[in-house]
Amino acid sequence: MRKRGLQTVTDLARQFEDVVYIGSDVGQGTMDDFREACPDRFFVEGISEQYVIGMAAGLAMNGFIPYVNTIATFLTRRCYEQIAVDMCMNNHPVRLYANGGGTVYAPLGPTHMAVDDIALMRALPNMTVIAPCDADEMERAIRASHDWKGPIYFRVARGGDAIVSKPEHDFAIGRALVFAEPEDLLLITTGVTLQVALGVAERLADLAIGVGIVHVPTIKPLDRDTLVPRLREARFVMTLEEHSTIGGLGSAIAALMAAGERHPRGVLRQLGIPDTFPDRFGRQENQFEYFGLDLDSVIRSALGFLKLDVAESVNGSGKKTR
Amino acid sequence: MSQIPAPPRDAEFRARCLHIRKEVLQMVRHGKRGHIPSAFSLVEILVTLYDHILQYRADEPEWADRDRFILSKGHGCLALYAVLADKGFFPRDWYKGFCHFDGELGGHPEERNPGVEATTGSLGHGLSIAVGFALAARLQKRHFRNYVVLGDGECGEGSVWEAALAAAKHRLENLVVLVDYNKYMSYGPTHEVCDLEPFAEKWRAFGFAVEEIDMVATPERLRAVLEQTPLGANQPTAIICHTIKGRGLPYMENNLSWHHKSKISHDDIEKMIRDLEEAHA
Repeated sequence: MRKRGLQTVTDLARQFEDVVYIGSDVGQGTMDDFREACPDRFFVEGISEQYVIGMAAGLAMNGFIPYVNTIATFLTRRCYEQIAVDMCMNNHPVRLYANGGGTVYAPLGPTHMAVDDIALMRALPNMTVIAPCDADEMERAIRASHDWKGPIYFRVARGGDAIVSKPEHDFAIGRALVFAEPEDLLLITTGVTLQVALGVAERLADLAIGVGIVHVPTIKPLDRDTLVPRLREARFVMTLEEHSTIGGLGSAIAALMAAGERHPRGVLRQLGIPDTFPDRFGRQENQFEYFGLDLDSVIRSALGFLKLDVAESVNGSGKKTR
Repeated sequence: MSQIPAPPRDAEFRARCLHIRKEVLQMVRHGKRGHIPSAFSLVEILVTLYDHILQYRADEPEWADRDRFILSKGHGCLALYAVLADKGFFPRDWYKGFCHFDGELGGHPEERNPGVEATTGSLGHGLSIAVGFALAARLQKRHFRNYVVLGDGECGEGSVWEAALAAAKHRLENLVVLVDYNKYMSYGPTHEVCDLEPFAEKWRAFGFAVEEIDMVATPERLRAVLEQTPLGANQPTAIICHTIKGRGLPYMENNLSWHHKSKISHDDIEKMIRDLEEAHA
């Protein structure tokens, strides 16, 4: 996903003279294609995120569309004020391309795991927050981003994630995608939790449990038109996110339900990372298991939520690592 | 200090500065509050820039080839507003709303105000944005120049030095940093809170061509120096302006109790205007 998104930025730069690439200190050779195609608009500025955001905003104020590429935790926490004041306060079209959203950098520890990025970015007025599920969706999102008026935060997953999005979904910024209409249970996903939800639906279908799935690649602005009718239909709603349960997708859905347009009848359970800094390493899969976001854990949560007997239903020994 | 000599004392220039200081006080009359000393230390810098150096069109603030100016020490905005109103960017009538709920002008500059290029107020942002402007000029093959005024206290922000590294890396001849070095922060003297010295050496070490100006004895030199920028080939320029916080009113100069005053009465304003004129005479 990371590479495809960046390749798409290069494609855009070939097409549009206002596209600028700014990296801080990402890996050697990153964006060589861009550098060869548009050397004047290629910048690698070093480890200086506060400056980079201001510089990108200064370019945007003069008609450019900068895509800023670095690691998600540094691109959100370190330069939060520059993002708020320089980018968002006056709605300048800088695009943040945030590598390692969620637990991608698990082996590198809690300084590198971006589990609060969506919350931080959602809180900023004018900011659009996008977390694609796979490389194809990332490509569509990047293509759609060129003409978007304000700032955008792209949460970038690890790469190699199973391709589950489809061209016929006709991606648009701000649109949620219905993979299955709500039945007994409605799963709402963002980023790579869509893949988990699709697995859950398949397994629960074997138990004659109908699972609806709405995928929300754009967490802000939230697609109320798609979500509200489905939330009215569903009795059991679960949000799945590789993010803190504070301030992310689950919070956004909770607020939508609490706003109670004709009082949705469903109840909500948020699956995500509890209010803690990740304290383990390993791989992303280990983190998913640890925080109950892997397939078996989500199935167990779903069945518990539906008040069904877990022991009868779960194959294998799905369990948390600790 | 420099090879660029001081021009003779310019009575007209100094009268302009007095006028702008009085305009600052007229604004404070309506808002009853403000960072007056931080504005007063800036006046000679802004009058020089807007009277003699910057290319702009007050009736067309977005003119593409205008020189860009950023007041990174946004709390000095009273002086900027006075100069922008003086030049016709917006009506003087806006003074009446200074810091009012429904006013146009707040306690820090905002991009929505004509003539204000960047919203500032949180310190340490302006130089990074100015580097972006300077790079934009280069990419667009435009000849506009980019000026940014920093406060001395502001230079404690790490982001200033991140941007300084980048400005030198990109050899931004079209970028001029002016530091309003009034030697005081909110809490106390800058050298006591966190000393910047050797300050000029720091800018030189970061790759800037540097000039220092005594803005009290020889403020006229600033124009002469700015007319010669860039001061170094393939280098950004830094001009350290030795100023006095609260300049113009003897009892305000270097007096921290004035850093941000509120509840200023009409009588206070009248007295300050008389005192300004007396001190100027």
